[in-house]
Amino acid sequence: MSELRQEAEAIAEQFSDHLNVDADEVEERLENLVNEYRVPLDEARRSVTNSYLDDAGMEREEIGRGGSEQVLVNDIDRDEQWVDLRVKLVDLWEPRSDAISQVGLLGDESGTIKFVSFVTSELPKLEEGASYQLSNVVTDEYEGRYSVKLNRTTTITEIDEEIEVGDNAETVEGALVDIQSGSGLIKRCPEEDCTRVLQNGRCSEHGQGEGEFDLRIKGVLDDGRTVTEVIFDREATEELTGMTLAEAKEMAMDALDTTVVAEEMAGDILGRYYRVTGPTFGRYVLVDEQEEPGPVDVESALIKARSI
Amino acid sequence: MSQSTPTREVARRVFASEFNDAGYTFKESDDERAPVYALLPTGASANRVFFVGTLTEKDDVGDDAEYWRARIVDPTGTFFVYAGQYQPEAASAIRDLEAPAYVAVVGKPRTYETDDGTIRVSVRPESITEVDATVRDRWVVETAERTLERVDAFEEEANEYGRMAREEYEFDPATYKAAALAALEDLDESDELAGETADSPAGV
Repeated sequence: MSELRQEAEAIAEQFSDHLNVDADEVEERLENLVNEYRVPLDEARRSVTNSYLDDAGMEREEIGRGGSEQVLVNDIDRDEQWVDLRVKLVDLWEPRSDAISQVGLLGDESGTIKFVSFVTSELPKLEEGASYQLSNVVTDEYEGRYSVKLNRTTTITEIDEEIEVGDNAETVEGALVDIQSGSGLIKRCPEEDCTRVLQNGRCSEHGQGEGEFDLRIKGVLDDGRTVTEVIFDREATEELTGMTLAEAKEMAMDALDTTVVAEEMAGDILGRYYRVTGPTFGRYVLVDEQEEPGPVDVESALIKARSI
Repeated sequence: MSQSTPTREVARRVFASEFNDAGYTFKESDDERAPVYALLPTGASANRVFFVGTLTEKDDVGDDAEYWRARIVDPTGTFFVYAGQYQPEAASAIRDLEAPAYVAVVGKPRTYETDDGTIRVSVRPESITEVDATVRDRWVVETAERTLERVDAFEEEANEYGRMAREEYEFDPATYKAAALAALEDLDESDELAGETADSPAGV
């Protein structure tokens, strides 16, 4: 089945309770937009859905009922999807707007995700530490980070179950194509509970300070399709480069320059392939485990290639 | 709203024979600072490439300031890499390297027109590092796979770069497919040879 056909059937299904919408007709409209007018599929889907909403005199929030899919929070990778979640309320934050009833963090075994509930949706309040089955929430995206919005159609069922919350661990593989500034031998602010990296000897919070030496690599893994920013902490950097913090300090001392450390490291690691696993933090993967993938299996690659 | 973290351009995997044919460049917006893309003849845009090959020659072709030209060879052809004072790290890496050596290069495609009107495609490197044969072999396999995937998707309706390539070029994607398969076959044979040598008893 073609991608267009799948989308068409999904749209027709969404309206099945409200309108007599035929999948063939939806497909034709999508096809016209995508193939004739070169509209991206996402945009075409939105446009066709909106026109049916108009026909039915419905609001966007009213569709999607029953059609949403049970997912893990870390698997959410598109916006405007209707999904069901089985989650624990990990954290509640202070709403920054009167329109927001609750905002915070939901978690399941795959990791955590931000959620927002609006006053106008008139939903019961969720309690910290409790677990819920949430049906019909909508995904949202801002600068590559995903969240979910509760809405009027969301059903909330408290469940008597302890949900283990995961750390959004990801495994990425690719060539290390860049080492970003702030890598190598760095200095961190020595103030208690402050781990900021000093810029020209200054902490953005605590000002001028002596600083404590540390090792870090902020790198970019690229597999030719996507790029992922990864951070190696001191331990991971030592494993990656084979250079210890003590050796790095000595090298910097000899050169009277800390930047030689990152340069030296770059020569040993840039352009090589790595597979790393670790929790995600914003757009970064924090490296817990790392390996070089080793010799490639040419024979199976050849068999696969011949079949294309 | 301005985006605080511009998305980094992915580094395409492309063999030299196809890269050197990618003489058509374009921008996705009218903004003066918009990134420039080379159009790969198999139907993809490339603002950055990553490749691994054998450095076979290096020359300082600059008049006053240092300006290095490196020839880096893969199973299908030669990449030409130019690095001068504005690429100090790459230039010093080339200066320090001794041919022959396996090197990994991250860089941007650049085109220039010769006096007779031919478009030449070269690489302005962001980094060059010496690597071993394992890395080189992995790159060949990866690049063959990506090339075959691009050729496979070339005619697809939604593939706008495939369409652009059909309009701008007269190259047959089948050529690149054949080159990718040949690269894999070569690698497979040299693997077998290496295996046999390793298996033979000492002194035979």
